[in-house]
Amino acid sequence: MSEFLQQLDPVSLLSITLITATPLTLAALGGMMCERSGVVNIALEGIMLTGAFIGYAVAFFTHNLWIGVAAAVLSGMIIASLHAVLSISLLVDQIVSGMVINIMAVGITGVFYRTYLESATSAGPGTLPHWNVPVLSSIPVIGPIFFENQFVTYAMLVLILVVHFVLFRTVWGLRTRACGEHPRAAETAGINVHFVRYVNVITSGALAGLGGAYFSLQQIGNFLPNMTGGRGYIALAAMIFGKWTPVGAFGASLLFSGSDQIGSRMQSVFHVQIPLQFLGMLPYLLTIVVLAGAMGRAIAPAAVGRPYKKE
Amino acid sequence: MAGWRRWLLSAVLVPLVSVICGFAVGAIAIVAAGADPLMAYSALFAGAFTNHNALAETLVSTTPYVLLGLAVAIGFRAGLFNIGAEGQFYIGSLSGVFVAYSIRGLPGIVEVPLAMIAGMLGGALWASIAGALKARFGAHEVITTIMLNYVSFLVASYLVDTPGLMLARNVSTPRTPDIDAGAVLPNLIPGSRLHLGFVLALLAVPIVWFLIERTTIGFRLRAVGFNQNAARAAGMSVGRTIVLTMALSGALAGAAGIVQILGVNFHMTDTVAAGYGFDAIAVALLARSNPWGVLPAALLFGALHNGASFMQLETQVSADLISIVQASVIIFVAAPAIVGWLFRLRRAPTETVAITQREVDAPTT
Amino acid sequence: MRANDGVDLDVSWRQVHALLGENGAGKSTLMNIVYGLLRPDSGEILFDGKPVDLHSPLDAIRLGIGMVHQHFMLIPPLTVAENIVLGHEVANRGVMDLTESSHKVEQLSERFGLQVDPRERIAELSVGLQQRVEILKALYRGARLLILDEPTAVLTPQEIEGLFTIVRALVAEGKAVIFITHKLAEVSEVADVITVMRRGRVVGTTTPKESKSADLARMMVGRTVLLRVEKSPAKPGAQVLKVDNLVVLDDRRHVAVDNLSLDVRVGEIFGVAGVEGNGQNELIDALMGLRSIRAGKVQVDGREISNLSTHARLKGGLGLIPPDRHRMGVVLELSVADNLVLDDFDHPPFARWLVRQFNAIRDYAVKLIKTFDIRLQSPDQPVGSLSGGNQQKLVVARQLGTLPKLLIAGQPTRGVDVGSIEFIHRQIVSERDRGLAVLLVSSELDEVLSLSDRIGVLYRGRIVAVLDAEGADRDRIGLLMAGAS
Repeated sequence: MSEFLQQLDPVSLLSITLITATPLTLAALGGMMCERSGVVNIALEGIMLTGAFIGYAVAFFTHNLWIGVAAAVLSGMIIASLHAVLSISLLVDQIVSGMVINIMAVGITGVFYRTYLESATSAGPGTLPHWNVPVLSSIPVIGPIFFENQFVTYAMLVLILVVHFVLFRTVWGLRTRACGEHPRAAETAGINVHFVRYVNVITSGALAGLGGAYFSLQQIGNFLPNMTGGRGYIALAAMIFGKWTPVGAFGASLLFSGSDQIGSRMQSVFHVQIPLQFLGMLPYLLTIVVLAGAMGRAIAPAAVGRPYKKE
Repeated sequence: MAGWRRWLLSAVLVPLVSVICGFAVGAIAIVAAGADPLMAYSALFAGAFTNHNALAETLVSTTPYVLLGLAVAIGFRAGLFNIGAEGQFYIGSLSGVFVAYSIRGLPGIVEVPLAMIAGMLGGALWASIAGALKARFGAHEVITTIMLNYVSFLVASYLVDTPGLMLARNVSTPRTPDIDAGAVLPNLIPGSRLHLGFVLALLAVPIVWFLIERTTIGFRLRAVGFNQNAARAAGMSVGRTIVLTMALSGALAGAAGIVQILGVNFHMTDTVAAGYGFDAIAVALLARSNPWGVLPAALLFGALHNGASFMQLETQVSADLISIVQASVIIFVAAPAIVGWLFRLRRAPTETVAITQREVDAPTT
Repeated sequence: MRANDGVDLDVSWRQVHALLGENGAGKSTLMNIVYGLLRPDSGEILFDGKPVDLHSPLDAIRLGIGMVHQHFMLIPPLTVAENIVLGHEVANRGVMDLTESSHKVEQLSERFGLQVDPRERIAELSVGLQQRVEILKALYRGARLLILDEPTAVLTPQEIEGLFTIVRALVAEGKAVIFITHKLAEVSEVADVITVMRRGRVVGTTTPKESKSADLARMMVGRTVLLRVEKSPAKPGAQVLKVDNLVVLDDRRHVAVDNLSLDVRVGEIFGVAGVEGNGQNELIDALMGLRSIRAGKVQVDGREISNLSTHARLKGGLGLIPPDRHRMGVVLELSVADNLVLDDFDHPPFARWLVRQFNAIRDYAVKLIKTFDIRLQSPDQPVGSLSGGNQQKLVVARQLGTLPKLLIAGQPTRGVDVGSIEFIHRQIVSERDRGLAVLLVSSELDEVLSLSDRIGVLYRGRIVAVLDAEGADRDRIGLLMAGAS
């Protein structure tokens, strides 16, 4: 039994699950701020990729990881403002606008990576340091899982609470939800719908940009073309599966990242051959199941996807 | 006269100006990357058209874009946003390649249609899943097709990687067996890779146009795209139309996949995700969902795709540059206000381009 | 387009000022300007004697102007309190104080006698209560001038009475109320001053004492209204439609049609009178197969049709004029010709196999356009470019053109000019005389009274009484519509 537990190593399993859930959760929180205000965001993938690249590039040239993280957040906000301008002011279809960002991100990161970083020979900036929270990190099981992490993971844990608080306890949150449900009603109540949407879309860029920093600055200390590898779409799935709530999205992200980890251990510990591809499908299939209403109806903000035009 | 001018503006001028603006934005990126835009673009042009066999290669790349562009455009006409063309492309490739390597020794006139039908059927069935989910449960097709794309990649990877399923024997990298010689699409120009599939794609354009504009299926599809409630009150089955449209769209995407197998690759590997899905949407947007417009739009994307590697070789500008150009082109096409402003039209069109019907209705049974 | 043209309007404190006009007369447009939602092209607005410039509703709210929109501006998943304070939240450094919000709402509702539970979600409230929330919302923002846009359209008669009480109380408190309506009876009951609008212009301002209903009606429509449609007595024949104990649910899964029974015979017009929202739309949907039925039977010519698709019902001789033209009646982007064959496009002569036959479609369209006097430039122009009256004539033409045996006419003249109303009424009557059975469902009591041969009164999803139209008592029907037994 003990040998079995040792092989399974649940603590490291959970720890890795939490760490790999980090970018998913952050991007999902971003998508949530955006969609709660009525703007669809399928651009999470492109925003994360941009954040990963700019974060790394800035850290590389400034030799400072923290400036890199800040740059990742800022670049996410900038590229998200493109989404905001296109979809809110220019009334471009929100799906098209999100797609534009995704394509643009591949282009920008690819072109500038090749020009400035691919053949660079000097040492990279390394990865963000591990911080052990005093006292708390020595708690068995919980300590190593929650309190021996790197910056982006800690930030993610805090931001789950922040986003929850903002959405459901503050004036801004109320106005955000009003704009996402019934923008015209919000406007007649004296709220500037476009302003609320702009701020939320740009905030989503900050959150997803931070998620991007996870890949280049926390995980491997390098940038690789297309390194986000579709995680932006899994984040979108997590947001929907979590029914547009921060805690739900976090849970969904843990489930999705955990299924990967469990899959690989299934083979080594239980010698069960579940094709990894089947576990990989889980997030997507579960999201479809939720959209089909089989697990309680997922209710998207009523006005999401519709441009708001003043009459 | 007024109608004719409006048509010229929306169907020709706006896309044309958009393409020019797209290249201008690309030029800025080239300068930022420390290269000369003129040299880069002339290399791109040479790689796409004037080098040895370049034109033939461009037409080879154009072929799937035509079929995929038509696939997305037909969805748009019914108010459906099919982001899943890529997934349908792979499922179509899978089902088609299976038939094409399984049957042996029949004449091409038999084998090619069989493989094509299998590929189109695969794509159609895969796309109908998203259609059925929307028709039955109101699940938004944008999200379900995105999700189904990833499922299709994993299905492909599973089938192609697993011995006893579609994995070929004695190969170093996972791939399916080669297709039967009879199923190979004949070459059009000896010495090049240009194959009969290009002609098939060209034929698809008038067929799809006729289907949309001249048949009852197309009429039903457009009526549903414009106003579901009125269509329903007039006795049309909205749900069935949605499923049928997705199936037609998926069949075209599947056709693109199997044509690529039968004409270019001859087998399927497990490395997927070429970004076809997004490119297909871009083609359809640039074409304004008009089947005839798909041709020049697909040619542009084929040329960009094909010329990019030569540009990278010659000028060190990454081939990814074409993504910047493509993204910018879509911005200008999708935001007519910008082009209107560039033209200093007295009344810039402020209306949103109605691409899909966003009204999420109660389940349509 | 000019919705308002050189309008002058003076509203005083402590008065209910009714703004009377037909649909599309420009009342709502004018009020949207006063509320800052629309900007006037010229002219000025004086409030408290000072000229004001309204850029957004926020400006209007600051001045003390409140508006209750015809379509409520409430957010269903949020609570009553959240909806009321939205935009003017009770908060501490951006954090909502929900207890204090609820408290304030309770105080306010007590002061004006508008009881609602602040913690309830809007989605759970009845329409009448939702309207209270809307009024509270305006009062919470300190409204001194309250604009009520068609406030009675969705209310039951009792609720309307309740609303009038509230309105009088508000005026007694010193506030001013603008009451927008197209219903004459209400105006005489609640208004102190009446301004009548027609085609974007003010026709005149008067008081209930000075002008009787008939005068007001003349001002509204511009000429003496044809109160009765000229028609000969009906010669009803065999039963065509028979509905037994029909039960239908609405979108929120509440019972909307409750054990309803009725029948319509050959050559008669059966009118369903009732306040909007008493199950009319659900009844029509169910009869056409657009909504599933929970229980009961629907028979046409003695044949059960409950399980047939909409398509099969249309082919089987049913015709529908949908109550909401833009939503269900026409496809604005398609051409007039395409719309005229919208429910018959896939059969010869309009299609052979799968190929549409444009010559046949066009010939047919030209014929109907002539017969039904649809004014247009070309059958190829999109329907969206036609006027409302011509669009409605098109819908009527399409349905009568297929020579149905049963016509279900939902609000057949809503939002239509007087000329088209007369034309449509005449068409319906002349088809009746040729043996058509008509089920007329309208919330305009006058339309039901003047067109029907028999009248069924609909209240809360039931037909509570069936009367002969000949000599039917308007007041009695009004009482029945209100639920009095």
